[in-house]
Parts: sequence; C-alpha cells; structure tokens
Amino acid sequence: MHIAHIFASGMGGIRTSGDLVAWMQLTKKMKIAEAKQYVAQKLGVEITDLVNEEVMRQLREDLGIGIITSVAGSPKGIRAKLKIAELLGVPINSVDLFKSQTGM
Amino acid sequence: MQKKIPTRMGDGELVSISAGEIREDIQAATRDAARRAKIPALTPEEMEQLFDIIAEPSRAVSVISGQEVVVTDDGCSMSFYSGQDGGGVGISMSRLQAILTYERALAADTTSMGHSDYSFKPVKPIINFEMNEYYTASMMTTAPLLYGAQPNMGLYFQPDGPHKNPADLLPRGKIKEARNVQAAAAEQLRQDLVFVGKKLNTIGCEGLNFDTGGSAGDADFWAALQAVRDLKKAAPNMPVIMGGSGEFVLGMHGEVEFNGKQLAGMYPHEQAEMAKSAGASIYGVAIGTKTTESVAWNIARAATFVKAAVTAVDIPVHVNVGMGVGGVPMMEAPPIDSVTRASKSLVQIGKADGL
Repeated sequence: MHIAHIFASGMGGIRTSGDLVAWMQLTKKMKIAEAKQYVAQKLGVEITDLVNEEVMRQLREDLGIGIITSVAGSPKGIRAKLKIAELLGVPINSVDLFKSQTGM
Repeated sequence: MQKKIPTRMGDGELVSISAGEIREDIQAATRDAARRAKIPALTPEEMEQLFDIIAEPSRAVSVISGQEVVVTDDGCSMSFYSGQDGGGVGISMSRLQAILTYERALAADTTSMGHSDYSFKPVKPIINFEMNEYYTASMMTTAPLLYGAQPNMGLYFQPDGPHKNPADLLPRGKIKEARNVQAAAAEQLRQDLVFVGKKLNTIGCEGLNFDTGGSAGDADFWAALQAVRDLKKAAPNMPVIMGGSGEFVLGMHGEVEFNGKQLAGMYPHEQAEMAKSAGASIYGVAIGTKTTESVAWNIARAATFVKAAVTAVDIPVHVNVGMGVGGVPMMEAPPIDSVTRASKSLVQIGKADGL
C-alpha cells in the first residue's frame, strides 16, 4: 500500500528531491507549493525538474547530497545531510549533533 | 441502460455502479461532510473531477505531473518485518535494514522507525534502546528519519494502566469520576510524551510523530497538543508531526479545552488549527472509511474535510491514507485501484500538502 501511494503521489525521495521538500515541510512548516519553490530555487532548477530523475540524479551527485544508487565513497547518510542542511539553510537536529561532536 | 463502472465498496468488495449512482454518492458524501463540519462542500467542478478519477478505466492512477506531494509515513518500514496485526509481511530483517530499504529501494520521501507496540507508554522503559537504534540509523539515512508512536491514552487505564477505566465508570453514571481519571491519565501521558521526545532530541531526532492523537478522546488529544507545545519550548529544532485519529474528536471527557476552545467535537479543520497553535510542523488528518458506502462516497467525504483543513492553516496538512482511512478500503490488503484513486483525489481535489 505504501508503494502505491509513493507511486501515485510521491516526489521520489532521494531518487529526485522528495527528501529535500520534506525537510522544508518539517523544519520550516512550508506548504507544498512554497516548499517546492524554495527547493527549486536553492537547486537552481525548474519546479518540474524536482521530480525529474534525468536532472536530479546528476545534480545530487554534483552537490554531494546523496544519490539513490550505492557508489563507494559517495556521500550518503549524515555526510549528505550535512550538505543538505547547508544547501537548504535549515537546522537538521542530527547534523547539529554530528557537528558538535566533530568540532565542526 | 447506463454503462456500469467497476469500483469498490469501503470494505473492498468489487462492485459495478452506474455513472449516475457514482455521481449521487459523491454529491451525498460531500454534502454530509459539509453539513457535519459546517464547511464548504466540493464544487460541481471538483465533484466532476472526482468522478473522472473514479471512472478512469486504468487499474492504477496517479497525480498529474507537477502535483506530486511529500509522502511521509508512520512506521511503514516496520511492515517489512512485523506480522499481520501490524500489516507486516514478516521478512526476517533488522529495523535498520528495513529503514534503509524503504528509503533506497522504495524511494520514500521520509522514513521512520518506532517500537513494535507503536505506543509511547511502552517506549519509556526502553528509551535507551530506542535512542541507540535511532542514533545508528540516523547516521545512515539521507531522507528525514522520523520516530513515531501513538499517544494511546487507553493504555493508562485498567487493566493496562494505573487509572480506573472511564469506559467502566461512564455506563454507571460516574461522570465526574470518569472525567477525573481522564484528566490524571492525560497529564501522565503528556509527561511521558515529553520525556520520550526530550530523550530522542538529545541524540539528534530529526522528527517526532505523534500518530493518531485523540484515539481515547478529547483528553488524549489534549495531552498530545500540550506535549507538542512543551517540546517546542524544550527542543525547538526537533520537528513534531501530529496526526488525528478521526473526523471529529471524541468527547469522552467533554469539557477539555486547549487555547480556551473545547476539543470535543472538533473536525479536521479545527484540529489542524489546534495543532498549528501548539507548534506542530505538520498535521495529519484522519477520516474513517465507511465500509457500507462506495469508495467514491468515502473519497468525496474525505476530500471535503481535507480541503477545509488545508485551507484553515498555513502549516502543511498531510492525510492519513492507511487501511480504513482517507477513503482507502477497510481491509488488510487494500486494492491498488482504490488506494491510488484516494491518493490522487486527496492531492488534486483535497489540495493536501502530503500524505
């Protein structure tokens, strides 16, 4: 059932930009239209490209914010989230803890 | 003779209904929701749009390109390893494996974890275990990782908890005593929610989900609201999602207020306003599915409530669309045709900010 909703209405998670738009809803309480616009502007892409794998796959790799496939050495997890927090200009609790522990 | 359209009832039964009957169901349902909650009904254009979605011959449907939304979840990764009573498929895999599978193999917009019981009360004595697992997972996830559980005030009443059960007291006319035990249980619940939230905040929790608030009535809903408010003061950078449990708050107490407003009887647009004022990042609307009515009837009704809630607040409103809510049939394996129609309709007609 989750897969059906993801297929029917979802933004594509880390395949595209679903995680980034979700961060804006969670941290800044943005409505969906505002959150998409904000993320698109930060990424320098059109709103329609937010769910376009052909654009987002390479862009995510270039920005170091995590890609869907597993590439040894490429940022994922907390390393990707660190860059996401900087890119979006939002506080991410786990990132703040990581930074405080590593003296960043 | 009118062409029959294959669709389903709220219990999942496959039926064929004429176009006229589907339109009648949509009209009746939106009027019913509008009358009950004193909100606008769907417009004729929206009703026709919903008819088109229901009558679309494809098995599965999806939103129009550009209208995609964030799909959050309430422990969906738990379904990989849990059993039937949790909608689970019983695969032998760890919580961490399930979380990462949900994020990377299913491309979920958020992922989450929670205790198997999915209530806050049993989390309290094992909070250190949960903190360890959450911390480990949060180092590996890229999408927002939520910790979810239900306030579930019912666990604070006998035989599961310390307080006398209002369900025993009310039928005996002991209304004052029933109210007193609910107030005491609600305060205890509030403290437990805040305790767990504060603990998770210390290990960098990226989002806490108070799932199904108000399941034991207005005092339960009050406890969740108060806990959101408490946590926004104690842990301002930890987002808190609050979800409802039904189309109106049950008045098990009847006199509980938040911000000077009576909680009992509040419909989704009013619930969302309370959640926003408490400081919630997202409010999750829950509308129960009526099994004896058609999927068209149930989706029309849910979309009417959702549209009003989305309009009422400037925080994101997501819709609960699991088994038996949000127009999804009430059954163990909801049919994909109905699930995707509910999904599309609540986004395009209800204007939901997410699911």
